[in-house]
Amino acid sequence: MSTDATLSFEEAMEKYDPVLGFEVHVELNTRTKMFSSAPNVFGDEPNTNVNEVDLGMPGVLPVVNRVAIESSIKIGLALNCKIAESCTFARKQYFYPDTPKNFQTSQYEDPIAYDGYLDIELADGTIFRVEIERAHMEEDAGKLTHMGGAAGRIQGADFSLVDYNRSGVPLVEIVTKPIEGAGSRAPELAKAYVAAVREIVKNLGVSDAKMERGNVRCDANVSLRPHGRERFGIRSETKNVNSLRAVEHAVRYEIQRHAAVLDAGNPVIQETRHWHEDTRTTTSGRPKSDADDYRYFPEPDLVPIVASREWVEELRATLPEPPAARRKRLQADWGYSDLEFRDVVNAGVMDEIEETIAAGASASVARKWWMGEIVGRAKNADVDPGQLGVQPATIVELNRMVEDGKINNKMATEVLDGVLAGEGTPAEIVEKRGLAVVSDDGPLLEAIDAALAAQPDVADKIRAGKLQAIGAIVGGVMKATRGQADAGRVKELILAKLGVEG
Amino acid sequence: MAAINRDDVAHLARLAHIEMSAEELDRMAGELAVIVDSVKSVSEAAGDDVPATSHPIPLTNVFREDVVGHTFTAEQALSGAPDSDENRFKVPAILDEA
Repeated sequence: MSTDATLSFEEAMEKYDPVLGFEVHVELNTRTKMFSSAPNVFGDEPNTNVNEVDLGMPGVLPVVNRVAIESSIKIGLALNCKIAESCTFARKQYFYPDTPKNFQTSQYEDPIAYDGYLDIELADGTIFRVEIERAHMEEDAGKLTHMGGAAGRIQGADFSLVDYNRSGVPLVEIVTKPIEGAGSRAPELAKAYVAAVREIVKNLGVSDAKMERGNVRCDANVSLRPHGRERFGIRSETKNVNSLRAVEHAVRYEIQRHAAVLDAGNPVIQETRHWHEDTRTTTSGRPKSDADDYRYFPEPDLVPIVASREWVEELRATLPEPPAARRKRLQADWGYSDLEFRDVVNAGVMDEIEETIAAGASASVARKWWMGEIVGRAKNADVDPGQLGVQPATIVELNRMVEDGKINNKMATEVLDGVLAGEGTPAEIVEKRGLAVVSDDGPLLEAIDAALAAQPDVADKIRAGKLQAIGAIVGGVMKATRGQADAGRVKELILAKLGVEG
Repeated sequence: MAAINRDDVAHLARLAHIEMSAEELDRMAGELAVIVDSVKSVSEAAGDDVPATSHPIPLTNVFREDVVGHTFTAEQALSGAPDSDENRFKVPAILDEA
């Protein structure tokens, strides 16, 4: 496989201005499919969640799923779109084994939702408005497995196997208007946009929103133009970019590739590109020219959808608090600074902190544990913090033990490791590992006497009122007790011993 | 005469995966032109007072409740398939890489 030339991202940005566009497909989590009563379930045995409608048998009649329409309207409303008073379905004709009908039932001229926008907050708090062109309803296609070639790729395959379980699963395709002015933040914006869409559909409860299962899939359009030129360059469309990180990488890579093509004086070819996560590059897919002729026509088996204003308002009234508004509310409730809160959001632990607070921890304790302990461990394990397996109740219990003076902070992190290693509850681990703060004053006093004797000059400083010097003595005591002393109690005892007011 | 020529028919045949001989293309170009002309007369009959319609029956919002109904077994689903493997439909290589 040939490798395309690329410019460095910095050089590409110096010379060119990127224009982006996204098509995000969202699989709805209805119980049944868009046009058939077969179940919409992921991961079942192949070709068992199908009936005659999904297999496109002759003479069958599709019937629209009411909940899928309602979910689509909710998505439109959450994207600040207008909802069509009346809209229709259309047949999009193409030949490919992922559909047994040789057409996909979709919408063409009159999408159910149009003319919306989404305000995207970037990592540093900058707000970037992305205009939504339309959100239309359609059905998902079957799943192809390419056999005989290398690594399941379509290139070099001998044949393909088709599972139609996914065929007919309700989809909403969200299409942006061209996004201009992102400049060097284009890759970051791409990731943030897809993350925002995913967050919205998850928050609405209309999709499981798991990118790893293909519930949310992104096609990323990228074109470049010289700075100052209004006319868009020729775009490529990178398909199946199926993680948030991949969206960012794919946009960055395509910008670098386009820049090299243009720099060499060549035209960019308008085509589909396939994203490869392993090499973090794209390769050419089928050229667009022929596929553009989908010969859409109105679906004769389905009658128009009329969304009365009453119905739309009823649905609007059921919408949950939008994620952006929720973030504002939570930050105010928790009293975090802008920087603290942004770090929490970027680390992906906002929901976890909310749950931990709900379980009884204070906002500062929840933040201390998630940001101070768990995020780092998750990074080392290369998983999302929420997937590490820390329960809110565990944090509450650990914190209570620290506050009660049973264990100190250092021991608490050790106990957390034990919990993650599956050794049991915090209480069980404290018991098993013999972790308990020495709170009997006797051994502490001995250690304090020894530490004071070892550092008489420090003792003098403390007597003279230089209380910050006490750390050296506390440190000596902690060392002598192998970290099992309660530092607060040690401090009290030292001060009492030296007759100094704390 | 409608604007449908032999090239249009050849293009459509290719999109629809229909193999057509040169003779058939010639004949269909003529026949399709007549059909398109005939259909065009409908728009002459419909005046400005007749709105465009996507459907002949004045129905809207024919919905199904979101309740699971019947499914096929994999065996039933594959019973009409020319070829299958591992409970899935088996289709020839998709990319023409010859």
